[in-house]
Amino acid sequence: MLYAMCLLLLVIGLYCVLVKKNMVKIIIGMAIMEYAVNLLLIMVGFRVGGQAPIVLPNRPLTVSVDPLPQALVLTAIVISLGTLALSVAVCIRIYEKYGTFDITEIRRLRG
Amino acid sequence: MLIFYVLLAFVLIAALIAVETKDLLSSVICLGAAGFGGALMFLFLYAPDIAITQVVVEVLSLIILIRVTLSRDITTISGEREFFAVVVSVVLLASVFLAGTQIFTQFPEFGAPLFATASPETHASQYYVQNGLEQTGAANAVAAIILDYRGYDTLGEATVLFTSILGASVLLRKKARIGREDRP
Amino acid sequence: MKGMTLIVKNVTRWVKILIFLFGVYITFFGHLSPGGGFAGGVILACSYVLLTLAMGRSAADENLPRSLAARLDCVGALLFLATALAGLLYGAAGFFFNFLHQRFLADKDTAFRLVSAGIIPVCNIAIALKVGASLFLIFLALSAFVPGPGDEVEE
Repeated sequence: MLYAMCLLLLVIGLYCVLVKKNMVKIIIGMAIMEYAVNLLLIMVGFRVGGQAPIVLPNRPLTVSVDPLPQALVLTAIVISLGTLALSVAVCIRIYEKYGTFDITEIRRLRG
Repeated sequence: MLIFYVLLAFVLIAALIAVETKDLLSSVICLGAAGFGGALMFLFLYAPDIAITQVVVEVLSLIILIRVTLSRDITTISGEREFFAVVVSVVLLASVFLAGTQIFTQFPEFGAPLFATASPETHASQYYVQNGLEQTGAANAVAAIILDYRGYDTLGEATVLFTSILGASVLLRKKARIGREDRP
Repeated sequence: MKGMTLIVKNVTRWVKILIFLFGVYITFFGHLSPGGGFAGGVILACSYVLLTLAMGRSAADENLPRSLAARLDCVGALLFLATALAGLLYGAAGFFFNFLHQRFLADKDTAFRLVSAGIIPVCNIAIALKVGASLFLIFLALSAFVPGPGDEVEE
């Protein structure tokens, strides 16, 4: 059930990318898809009654959650910031040239 | 377990509002709310590293997005929708969703991952958890993984971040190159 | 870009060094508690973004000029690569070899101390430099654009 809710979040983000006409809305849809994927990866590694994967001086690591998906997601979150910056730069450049955020208008104006 | 359902419902509602609202600034703020809900969810899933990173990255991406939308003249979205395209997209996405839920029956049950009952020889996570402290000397198992056991991936990630920031800086230069039609 | 009101400027003058210190703490203790280079670097960038938003771009330019930020970015990336390549001195399969821990510190009992875990703190510092400088540069580039098509770009 929790996995299905994450998939629903991914489908909402995909709907936003496919259907919406405003470029900033498309960027928001991409960000929602990235949140959904990161949540799903960490939920796969969850363990009921576990502890965070950090060793403390008086508590060795016996029952810990899976640290490998957390390593993957840490990298993915920072990369998503980089791609967001690049797509926002493209968006600003298109606005400077065409004067609108609407992707259907861009096709009709002079290229 | 109830807290997971509550937080995921909050994130879903925030994402729905972000997608459907007509004002751009409201949808950016709802995206921020969804991100913070996700960071709380990471905290309850025993991933404090990820929660810290998600909160800070969320703040910076909110600043970048607000910078785009706030200083522009057009802050609302107009134009008619094409009804047929919307219906086809919704039907396709519903079938993708139904097909996806069939995959989740193959997953192990939520809360009992495979590595919990595995030996270190067959599952890498068990090996990293058991031998992380002596072999690398780091108490944080996630830091040991990303910088010692799988350091090559971190080098690739630093390269990707460098390239994307380089591309964005080049796009936002003040003086563009002279195009072919501008040359005398 | 102009700054903000007087209250915001006075609060920023006290708060920005605390944010910077927090970023440095998260980076340096990345191998003992949650955090690491990525989160610490983004926090460092956020402190400079606060400085730019509150005091105006000219005040931030004296504090950290654009060329210095670009050079710090490159220094961070090269330091990370140099630390990885330095492991090659210890044999052919030594790319990213944690030579500081396995050769020099393994026989001492240095768990849970700040100076431990070999090249991991060094790599954390390099990554924090790189990520922080990159994100500050992209914020500067994005904020240099003024609204409207065909307008003059202020710089």
